[in-house]
Amino acid sequence: MAKIRKEGKKEVPALSTSSLPDLIFSLLFFFMVATSMKEVTYMVEIRVPEATELQKLEKKSLVRYIYMGTPQREYQKAYGTETRIQLDDAFADVRQLEDYVVRERSAMKEEEQPLLTISIKADKDTKMGIVTDVKQALRRAYALKINYAAAQRMEYNP
Amino acid sequence: MAKRKCPEINASSMADIAFLLLIFFLVTTTMSVDKGLSRRLPAPLPENMEKQSVEVNKRNTFIVLLNSNNQLLVQGEFLNVKDLREKAKVFIKNEFNDPNMPVKKPMDVEFFGTVEVTKDHIISLQNDRMTQYQAYIEVQNELVAAYNELRDELSRAKFGMAYESLDEERQKAIQKIYPQKISEAEPKNYGGKK
Repeated sequence: MAKIRKEGKKEVPALSTSSLPDLIFSLLFFFMVATSMKEVTYMVEIRVPEATELQKLEKKSLVRYIYMGTPQREYQKAYGTETRIQLDDAFADVRQLEDYVVRERSAMKEEEQPLLTISIKADKDTKMGIVTDVKQALRRAYALKINYAAAQRMEYNP
Repeated sequence: MAKRKCPEINASSMADIAFLLLIFFLVTTTMSVDKGLSRRLPAPLPENMEKQSVEVNKRNTFIVLLNSNNQLLVQGEFLNVKDLREKAKVFIKNEFNDPNMPVKKPMDVEFFGTVEVTKDHIISLQNDRMTQYQAYIEVQNELVAAYNELRDELSRAKFGMAYESLDEERQKAIQKIYPQKISEAEPKNYGGKK
């Protein structure tokens, strides 16, 4: 009896796979929105400080970064645990900073050179001593537009 | 033919639509923007020049000291970072022409006419080499916030809208009334090396 009824019924239609690309695309969108590209691999540990009065850094081509923090674990053997400076993909010394700024600036278009902004990305536990040294070096290199990278804090709760 | 078969929906254009969306998002998405506190460093001192202390009237300076234990000394008294903003605002504004607060000078400003402005005031921020960066940023943040709030208050009182949404000319006028003057003095080592 059951057999007859089964044969009489229509077959289950094949599962439509036409929406599969859409699903994949929506996943792709999600990842696209959620990921942020990192220009360099951090060799130092950076947890940026928090602040409220932030301004956006526009025009990435005008911005150069200086990273400061304690070296990450795999570099600690070679570089110790003191706060270090990272320029591009290498550790650097404060003395190299001036040269770096001058070199980076001369690589820019002439009309854009005065607009060069240096973004200081430093760990929040950094001591001000090294930050002051960096600032002095930047002053000597006439890179006066700086930006202290920070994360947005919503509420004031120190 | 009792029941007509449901015609299959043509899905070949689905891919095109998806691509269109993809391209739209590709064009419009901005990777998470970097944010930070923008500041301007003073130009370097010429090497052969001796360090000369610029003559600034004492009542025009607002001295903020930050020591190696991240404690704040503002105008000679201990202060919590939370109270810095209010104190800086009172100083910059000098509403009641207090003789201990910055000198007010009349100045012509567009849209406002002649206004009394504390244009020579200076906020001097000094920190120790052992100060924590987070504490320093917090102080900077509070000082910038003080200016931003003052500008916003003025803008709301005068133009009835937020400072952010004003046009450039009006923003400039307000900036003239509340010029941002945060000086970072030459570094000194107060706490001694540890």
